Amino acid sequence: MKLNGGLVLLLALAALLSLFVGRHWIAPGHWVGGDLESLIITELRLPRICVGMLVGAALGTAGASMQGYLRNPLADPGLFGISACAALGAVGSLFFGLGASPWVLSLFALAGAGAGTAVLSLVAGRSGSTIIFTLAGVMLSSLAAALTALIINLAPTPFASTEIVTWLMGALTDRSWDDVWLGLPLIAVGIAVLLTTRRSLDALTLGDLAARSMGVDMRRLQWRIVIGLALCVGSAVAIAGVIGFVGLMVPHIMRPLVGHRPSALLIPSALGGALLVVVADMVVRSLPIVSEIRLGVVMSVLGAPFFLALLLRMRREMA
Amino acid sequence: MADLRFASLRLEKGGRAILNGVDGVLTHGRITAILGPNGAGKSSLLHCLAGLEVPTGGDVTLGGTLLSALSAQDRARSLGFLPQRAELHWNMAVRALVELGRLVHSGGTRLTSDDAAIVDAVMADMDVAELSQRPIWTLSGGEQARVLLGRVLAGQPEWLIADEPLASLDPAHQISVLRKMEAVARAGAGVALVLHDVNHAARIADDVLLMKDGSIVAHGPATAVLTPEILQNVFDVPFRRIVGETAFLIGDS
Repeated sequence: MKLNGGLVLLLALAALLSLFVGRHWIAPGHWVGGDLESLIITELRLPRICVGMLVGAALGTAGASMQGYLRNPLADPGLFGISACAALGAVGSLFFGLGASPWVLSLFALAGAGAGTAVLSLVAGRSGSTIIFTLAGVMLSSLAAALTALIINLAPTPFASTEIVTWLMGALTDRSWDDVWLGLPLIAVGIAVLLTTRRSLDALTLGDLAARSMGVDMRRLQWRIVIGLALCVGSAVAIAGVIGFVGLMVPHIMRPLVGHRPSALLIPSALGGALLVVVADMVVRSLPIVSEIRLGVVMSVLGAPFFLALLLRMRREMA
Repeated sequence: MADLRFASLRLEKGGRAILNGVDGVLTHGRITAILGPNGAGKSSLLHCLAGLEVPTGGDVTLGGTLLSALSAQDRARSLGFLPQRAELHWNMAVRALVELGRLVHSGGTRLTSDDAAIVDAVMADMDVAELSQRPIWTLSGGEQARVLLGRVLAGQPEWLIADEPLASLDPAHQISVLRKMEAVARAGAGVALVLHDVNHAARIADDVLLMKDGSIVAHGPATAVLTPEILQNVFDVPFRRIVGETAFLIGDS
């Protein structure tokens, strides 16, 4: 509770600071009044911050519940190919010229994420083996990447392929209130679905057999995870493109703070994810460089070494 | 009381018969040890009794109610199951781990003050009260085994069903876990254990169920079932009684 309160406070501060900061510093006196500066605040920065919070919360919760479900601290919607599948869906809709409507693009992204998660569950089957699940994730991300590359290859115009590539490297540039209203209901439902799995995730700490003996219905749990992940990851990709590693890093940082309990990890990971994305985006857009670095790229540059460090530490613990 | 009864229980996996139509009653308030050579179907029988495996044929009843007719939560409250392999996927504190046992009684993940009192009592019983805030991965195998047993008992099940609870424990911890099981039965619960060691069974079991090749060879009071002749027949190795009635020397020489 204290932790959640602290995170909410930090998030509020970061969001507030985010309103000032950017290429152009805007003092609070100019936030209202209808001039150009107030327009930057209400029509550019505010929706951008909201999209950042939504995407961060979605990815943080998705990562935490995925790690709990798979009992694998390295699980992440990006690493396991779910984001790539969502991106494939989005790119597919652009390729077929359907991307004009954001709702259609989102629908494709959701379908991609849903199909990806379902394939992952099907391949891993009821074995519950994390090794099989991990390898299935590797297979899925390569397949989604290959199909995406194929679509870029076949893209009718260089303009279309540029647009597609831009999607693959997520960013919060030029987000509008439309994106917020699109993402908010879907992500809220996704997080709510994932929150219903908390009891089962706790029981799974003791393994599959013990969890079943404690009354956990593994099939229903799997469906709730698939639907929750599809909604969270699909809509996050639909409104901001692929932003990796949030779901890996945030639960990992939060875990010791909640006593390693999987059920207690979900809400702090949502808040922490929102905080991480908002702060990272603030840094990205205030860097004095000619063209803005894309957030998805920054996250991968930060995330990959983090992942490596995690691996090395796990290897040491195993030895 | 709620006896566990199974009739014409059959289990097939991949076309292979694991249990060929076995019958029996496990009496509540007594300790039943299930013994037999590797591959006899002991764990499969235990899984069927705990409702974790759906039998191919026949049925299991708890106090007259079909196990398959119980909701998952009701079944979980009545039948506490301790798996053979200890799995501890997250490095939670010992107390938080024992608290997981109360999940079967709650809809959510919060504990009431009654829950907390039960957890305290169980931790004291299992001699893990002083380890309360220790991360579980820092405990020895014997300590972890007591914590995991405590987790099952925190659910206050009518039945404690355990699959080889003594495997991977050193002799001192084996004895201490056996004592805990004995206390559980004396406190009024039913106990069903798969054991590997005949001498452990001789030490604590009220009843013994002997299995071989998916069938029950003998089932009755321990004193009647644990005889050198029957054991030799089941395990294909000579048994000789040594000290009085409760220990056997296994093998030739």
